[in-house]
Amino acid sequence: MADLLTNAAAEQAQIGPGGLFMATLRRDLLLSLRRKSELVNPLIFFLMVITLFPLGVSPEPGFLAQLAPGALWVAALLATLLSMDALFRTDYDDGSLEQLLLSPQPLFIVVLAKVLAHWMLSGLALTLVAPVIAVMLFLPAEGMPGLMLSLLIGTPTLSLVGAIGAALTVGLKRGGVLISLLVLPLYIPVLIFGTSAVQAAVTGLPLGGYLALLGALLALGLALAPLAIGAALRISVSG
Amino acid sequence: MSFNSISEFLTMGGHGLYVWLSYGLGLVVILANLIVPLQAGKRLRVQLTRRLLREKQGS
Amino acid sequence: MSDKKWMPRWFYQLASPRWCYQICGKLLPWFTALALGLLIGGTIWALVFAPADYQQGNSFRIIYLHVPSAILAQSCYMLMAIAGAIGLIWKMKVADMVAKSCAPIGASLAVLALLTGAIWGKPTWGSWWVWDARLTSMLILFFLYLGVMALNSAIESESTAAQATAVLALVGLVNIPIIKYSVEWWNTLHQPATFKLTEKPAMPVEMWLPLLVMVIGFYAFFAVTLMMRLRNEILRRERRAGWVKELLLSKSAV
Repeated sequence: MADLLTNAAAEQAQIGPGGLFMATLRRDLLLSLRRKSELVNPLIFFLMVITLFPLGVSPEPGFLAQLAPGALWVAALLATLLSMDALFRTDYDDGSLEQLLLSPQPLFIVVLAKVLAHWMLSGLALTLVAPVIAVMLFLPAEGMPGLMLSLLIGTPTLSLVGAIGAALTVGLKRGGVLISLLVLPLYIPVLIFGTSAVQAAVTGLPLGGYLALLGALLALGLALAPLAIGAALRISVSG
Repeated sequence: MSFNSISEFLTMGGHGLYVWLSYGLGLVVILANLIVPLQAGKRLRVQLTRRLLREKQGS
Repeated sequence: MSDKKWMPRWFYQLASPRWCYQICGKLLPWFTALALGLLIGGTIWALVFAPADYQQGNSFRIIYLHVPSAILAQSCYMLMAIAGAIGLIWKMKVADMVAKSCAPIGASLAVLALLTGAIWGKPTWGSWWVWDARLTSMLILFFLYLGVMALNSAIESESTAAQATAVLALVGLVNIPIIKYSVEWWNTLHQPATFKLTEKPAMPVEMWLPLLVMVIGFYAFFAVTLMMRLRNEILRRERRAGWVKELLLSKSAV
């Protein structure tokens, strides 16, 4: 990564956008994998929130099965939000974020790679453990594909939108709570379509429409969010 | 005019509480939006003028 | 400036805080009179002369407060985002100040729309709160305002705060249609064919004419309160400028 930050090295290496993307992705994944606790924290949080529902509401299977799609999505949403603050924080603290902004590399690609790395360790991980936790909430087996597919398509959008909030608050000392305030209202469409997809899967209705809507949100997020994240990072770091 | 008497106007056909509560809140919000900037403006002017006069005396 | 003829002259004048302060001062009395006249006239028309709804009776009269405040809350967000964008792109200080002044006004109007909606819901649906699509969207709009205000107050540097808020407001602006659509769709999914508050098949003229008066009155009122806040903001931000000092001293001498 360090040699990517100067113009001369980049020219020497003849690195294209694809190479830049892969390099950033590899670096971020490597750095995150070194901090194991941050990796598992969102998953533990997800599990704990889910545990609260039977304890707080009712352990009755029929009732929980009805609650499951919404509860799983809300818990997944909160778990991604929890890990959001760390997305740019370490890079900001050690100054590499500033270097990144000064470098001649296209920010769009770097930001996209960073968000993808974050998603692979939060959203993707949540998607993979979701079926196990869904069983604890008595979600019918028919609902599992809907749950996993909707989480798979929906959580990247959450990461993209959350990254805007993280970028806006990275310069602040206590950004954590503020991020939730900024980002949660923007999460609502994903929550609505994601939960509906799971409910449709449970009742045996076709899923295609919901997944297409989630896909459309993701496409919009992929096109616009990196621009907003880049602008927000420049503002936060220069200010 | 859709009311025959004052009391009929006040009760609003049994919905008086809701109608008058709404319009009361509307009045509160409108007045607050006028009074808050007015007061803030006054305070700001006084504060800035005071500082300015102090600077003048100091120099 | 000759090579930039494609921009009207007033656009450059708007960029001058001093000019803006003065023009707002000149316009304020006119708009105040207009707002007062329209709001008082509209309220009397709405409360006394407009006919009662055949289904909802007199509680229908809340519409004359609920709809204008809801419309204004949305327009205000749009104005805030556009002003923020202008501030971001052209580095125009006045636009930043407009955006900052918009947020509390919009939030208060959203609160009014929510409260009147809730009060209206009691006689109509029998409960103080119903997860109606419009009310829910308005609640989310209120959250968006809160986010913008929280971010603005959390960042210390004025210019950084303005820029960050502008980005957030723009992201919100892109999201508002999506949120509205998704909430409406969610609502039809969960509450099929409920009675809508403000969706009338055909409102007679005696009913919508006072509504129109109230909406225009609210716009005029919005202009008044926005200009008042804007003038304060200009004074505060430009306190080191020569013209502000002159102005303050001339006022204090009188």
